[in-house]
Amino acid sequence: MDYSQFLAMKQEICLLVVFLLVFLNDTFLPGKSRNGIGVVTCVLFAMFTAWGFYSAVADNDAVAFAGMYVTSPVISAIKNILNVGVLIVLIQSLRWASTDAQAMRRGEFYELLLVTLFGMYLMISARHFLLFIIGLETASLPLAAMVAFDKNRYESREAAVKYILTAVFSSAIFLMGLSFVYALTGSLYFAQIGEALMFGTAFGTTNTVLLIIALAFVMAGMGFKLSLVPFHLWTADVYQGAPTPVTSYLSVISKGSAAFAFLVILWQAFGVVYAEAWEYMLYALIILTITVGNLFAIRQHNLKRFLAFSSVSQAGYIMLGIVSFEDMGVAALMYYILVYIFSNLAAFGVIGAVENATGKVDREDYNGLYKTNPRLAFTMMLAMFSLAGIPPFAGFFSKFFIFTSAISQGSVALYVLVFIALINTIVSLYYYLLVVKAMFIKTEEPCTVSTFRSALSERIGMSVCVLGIVLLGIVSCVYDSLLGVCGC
Amino acid sequence: MEITMIYYLIPALVMFCCGLYGFITRKNMIAMLISLELMLNAVDINFVVFNRFLFPEQMEGMFFTLFAIAMAAAETALAIAIIINVFRWGKRIDVSDLTKLKD
Repeated sequence: MDYSQFLAMKQEICLLVVFLLVFLNDTFLPGKSRNGIGVVTCVLFAMFTAWGFYSAVADNDAVAFAGMYVTSPVISAIKNILNVGVLIVLIQSLRWASTDAQAMRRGEFYELLLVTLFGMYLMISARHFLLFIIGLETASLPLAAMVAFDKNRYESREAAVKYILTAVFSSAIFLMGLSFVYALTGSLYFAQIGEALMFGTAFGTTNTVLLIIALAFVMAGMGFKLSLVPFHLWTADVYQGAPTPVTSYLSVISKGSAAFAFLVILWQAFGVVYAEAWEYMLYALIILTITVGNLFAIRQHNLKRFLAFSSVSQAGYIMLGIVSFEDMGVAALMYYILVYIFSNLAAFGVIGAVENATGKVDREDYNGLYKTNPRLAFTMMLAMFSLAGIPPFAGFFSKFFIFTSAISQGSVALYVLVFIALINTIVSLYYYLLVVKAMFIKTEEPCTVSTFRSALSERIGMSVCVLGIVLLGIVSCVYDSLLGVCGC
Repeated sequence: MEITMIYYLIPALVMFCCGLYGFITRKNMIAMLISLELMLNAVDINFVVFNRFLFPEQMEGMFFTLFAIAMAAAETALAIAIIINVFRWGKRIDVSDLTKLKD
């Protein structure tokens, strides 16, 4: 065996080094110095993120383990994007993790978080379903433990049960679909599945009922991870019950990596049977996801539930990057994920800060927040504008690019699809502005959230997000470099 | 009588459907977990049978099954831990009691 192929996995290996350093720090250092574990993790991870960007310049395509694992400039780019998001989540979680309730198990939170990120890396780089499944489980099982992290709150336990049962259920469905794919093609390599589907399968023709059933199972399994409608039922409960840093992690990092991996599977393994088998399946999923997510978000009062349904509908927009079948689609999807990371983390940063200071998470509590905490209200407003896609902010540009890539094929069905998505953008504007209205216009009675000073870590996290929201759209080289990485 | 592939696939499918039915209808969380286990094991049988009958020259399905068994064990261990965590709260493990998080 050629051990030098491990060098192709340099990002994974460096992440493991970070994990081991955090783990050793947590295990062997004496009690007093262990309190700084959060800061240590942030610094180590910031160094790792910077190194990722630095080394990405010289990145080449590389293959390891007989083609099971690949890396390329696109793959390191999406990993770097995820790194940025994880760094912000880590910074924002410092205050929560330093509370007395978490004092005993503070290190475990960071260790579990780094392990899930490792699983997501594997998911993104895998070109064989065995490695993909290992990555998927490595990503989703520690997440269940993280959802259950607030041991003293009942909601956290209930959310964890709901999450673990649906996660196992969805992986069972996914594996069942995979066994049918294996029966049809005789391989679990993405590339070989594609070839077998093109040149005839074990059962003769490609367009069999079995193939469609298999694809429906595979898409249902991935749909659970991405919380696409009708597989979204766990989302709101889990987002509401989980600790806020875990919710923000679930909603951006976990979703972003799953979306990219879903795109790779659908294009590389099943791309040749697109028109026969899953084109309209995907359209139906996208339309249902965007519409139902939006309609349910309108009637939420708990802001975490509200952002859960908003993230369901955002997942539908992310899926629009898949239908284009061009490099532009990949670039638009990655750019959307990047912008979504900044906008959603800004919103969760404000919610987390208010929750840490007062324990309030309902929209009614935010009435007149502008009077008492103007900066928090301003950050929240920028996040809502960006999520809704109002022009000067990054969210507008990400939506613009993803719509452009979706209609680049020019079929009538795609125009209808994008038109429905556009109408839904207007619907989403209504409920995002409800929050802004509560903060800025409903100021008759005094705000229930009194003036407070948020912690330094929270302020840093929110400032980074605000900078990202304002600058990412205007600085056009970000999208250009993503497009360049994708090869056109 | 020759034992063909279908003699293995039908029981596997029945197992999967039983698991699905059990997961949807049962209220006890441990019973739901058992149903999930049934579904995962049906998948394992499928992989082994497809490998043995359709592609006997290589071992991809067999290896996949080995890993799938390990993952199922990990999932069950974690789920049991979380269920115990809930049991400590209310001394009950019915899903119908988990009604605090809802619209």
